[in-house]
Amino acid sequence: MATTLDKVDVLTVGVGWTGGIVAAECAKSGLKVRGLERGEARGTEDYSMVHDEFRYAIRYELFQNLSRETITFRNNRQMNALPMRMMGSFLLGEGLGGAGTHWNGQNWRFLPYDFEIKSQTEKKYGKDKIGKDFLLQDWGITYDELEPYFTKFEYTAGISGEDTNPFWGKRSKPFPTPPMKKTPILEKFEKATTNLGYHPFMMPSANLSEPYENPDGSTIAACQYCGFCERFGCEYGAKSSAEITVVPTALETGNYDIRYHSNVVEVLKKGNKVTGVRFYDTVTGEEFIQPADVVVLTSYVLNNAKLLMVSNIGEQYDPDTGRGTLGKNYCYQILPGATGFFDDEQFNTYMGAGALGMTIDDFNGDSFDHSKLDFIHGASLSLTQPGLRPIAFNPVPPDTPAWGAEFKKASVHYYTRALSIGGQGASMPYKENYMSLDSTYKDAYGVPLLRLTYNFTDQDRALHKYLSERSAEIMKEMGANTIAPANPLTDYDIVPYQTTHNTGGTVMGNDPAISVVNTWLQHWDAENLFVVGAGNFAHNSGYNPTGTVGALAYRCAEGIIKYSKTGGSLV
Amino acid sequence: MSNEKEKQGVSRRDFLKTTGIATGTLIGGGIIGGLVGYNANKGSGKNEKTGETQQGQNHEINVGLQHFKTMKSFNILSQATERILPEDDLGPGAIVLGVPYFIDNQLAGAYGMNAKEYMQGPFEDGAVTQGYQSRLTRAQIFDQGIAKLEEEAQSRFKKGFEELEPDQMDEILTAFQKGEVKMEAVTSMFFFTLLRQATLEGAYSDPIYNGNRNMEGWKMKGFPGHQYSYAKDIESKEFIEYKPQSISSMTHK
Repeated sequence: MATTLDKVDVLTVGVGWTGGIVAAECAKSGLKVRGLERGEARGTEDYSMVHDEFRYAIRYELFQNLSRETITFRNNRQMNALPMRMMGSFLLGEGLGGAGTHWNGQNWRFLPYDFEIKSQTEKKYGKDKIGKDFLLQDWGITYDELEPYFTKFEYTAGISGEDTNPFWGKRSKPFPTPPMKKTPILEKFEKATTNLGYHPFMMPSANLSEPYENPDGSTIAACQYCGFCERFGCEYGAKSSAEITVVPTALETGNYDIRYHSNVVEVLKKGNKVTGVRFYDTVTGEEFIQPADVVVLTSYVLNNAKLLMVSNIGEQYDPDTGRGTLGKNYCYQILPGATGFFDDEQFNTYMGAGALGMTIDDFNGDSFDHSKLDFIHGASLSLTQPGLRPIAFNPVPPDTPAWGAEFKKASVHYYTRALSIGGQGASMPYKENYMSLDSTYKDAYGVPLLRLTYNFTDQDRALHKYLSERSAEIMKEMGANTIAPANPLTDYDIVPYQTTHNTGGTVMGNDPAISVVNTWLQHWDAENLFVVGAGNFAHNSGYNPTGTVGALAYRCAEGIIKYSKTGGSLV
Repeated sequence: MSNEKEKQGVSRRDFLKTTGIATGTLIGGGIIGGLVGYNANKGSGKNEKTGETQQGQNHEINVGLQHFKTMKSFNILSQATERILPEDDLGPGAIVLGVPYFIDNQLAGAYGMNAKEYMQGPFEDGAVTQGYQSRLTRAQIFDQGIAKLEEEAQSRFKKGFEELEPDQMDEILTAFQKGEVKMEAVTSMFFFTLLRQATLEGAYSDPIYNGNRNMEGWKMKGFPGHQYSYAKDIESKEFIEYKPQSISSMTHK
């Protein structure tokens, strides 16, 4: 028998960037907010043993325990979906800060083109540019409308950067802190791309170039370039994350608390409103009902969608009929690139920071003409110096054996003599790529696992090929002796790590026929339910997602505060 | 181009200055907080006590078998890892690095027991793109794989795996890599993938896990391990060789 707790004004399911932002803004406005977090409390003091590649990066110290919950996966509807039994392609976070704790800190605003991708693509290239099986849609909001929220997030996080990129949207304010240090490796990329007529700039970084106090009074330290960002928490408090910014801000108001070890399994709905959530205490096993005036789903993309599905809120997308919106437009990230092997130069590749890099956007969005190309969009191309660690990084030129004497010689030699250009490639929504519930496998609470049906498309393969060729050209200009462009894309494989940039499934828009939430991230079928995160993306852009997620969270918070005064639909 | 001077890395005192803690800009937890409490006003700024005794010496008497029950199994594993990462003029191979002990110890714990993997049935083979679908734990896969290495050695060469010539061992390992050896409830290809990955982990993980003995794996590659900060050197055009340091230096001051 579930115990019913006292009602709160606003409840967030999960406490990472989105849960923290919603909590900070709502608590500041006087609302009583509670966060339910299934993982543990943690903070900077818990990351003091973090310079341990094996424990954190290889054995996944900070990530979800898959023995309790995972997803199932198949490439297409003809296959049986099977559980992702080991972590691989993407890394699901758990605990305070969520995936925002172990991010690299590469912080972008999606392009103006992204938010109006359908209308702009049709206007410029006609209706059939990539075919009707691609479910392109505008986001219902423009870049200009989102601009204040982007700025707000960047000032909360203290992002370090320079506004010299001619291809991105207009910024109302300069970056809060100057760019990171430009290293010899980055200068090499800068010189090569400049020679080729491109427009390099320092990557916007949440590893801060100098100590910073944000508008809420939180302090973020200066990055030490120690080389342990992605898959690690920052032991210096120098990588912006929820637990050093918005969470303390929310707690200081006295209007916020976090209940840890609380695994939400259902959103409770009555009529056109939700009444709260049902959750289990993972320590005691007790079941609870937490009533709330407003429920906000602020967990990871996959779990936000799953909670709506198991709670029967909204209509499940059906690829046969095209009906339903929940689970549609699942996208990923396409990763073109090239590695260069340098015989006569040695680089300090073990030093670095997750977002220490230079980028060009000359082949991103619609910065270049696609009339004669068989794909749309593109990728940001970057050379980053994230700090390469020895277990994961064993670069060898093409045709080198994968083990034995030759492998050892090459991987030891090139550990400090190989550089890579990597693209964050856009991913377009396709009618066969979607999320739904699995009919066989269940989690530790008996709830069905989320089922992912996903494969790369010809659009993805063409984009990947074109951008990998451009990457190889840059690498050549950089003077590499041997160049290995990324292997051609075939089928999506859930085994090797690719990226934790899963998007879609709870798409935003201004038409309930093709979106799950409106442009305030308010659910079309339940006015006091908000769903926010990368799940709102109608497609994935040629950038890392967090900057846009942060902006949407600030927009969502404003919507919740508005809703708590007026009620009803915000649109 | 290599700058041969051995750097000691940034001292704790220098580090406190560069983060802003010494000027009172920041209130830090973690390393910063720990340093302020522990060591901010102490010492010359050099890491006096990062000597080898704290970081992986006395290896021989501190390691042993936690998983394998016989020396024979352990020796087969050892020879197989040595073929994956052999000793050469660049430095030691898997055996001298302690890789076999590392793998044995891992198999006895959460890794070997698949503590963090989803192990609920039903089990089906699935497509390659769907990944690991075996009902076996990694410890079971290693046990079976090692027995199969021995079986292959006997059937191909009428000798134990340990007694084979290096190229004969390579022939067998290649057959595993290609998935040509029949195993139960798992492919030989998957076992080989685990074996290769575990060998690299043992060679290059922090010595606290009983591989990478004396940080020789790191020295070979030029990876300095745990250093507080590279902020002062990140713009250097020279390649810098630091004296490597284990995370155990955090606990053995």
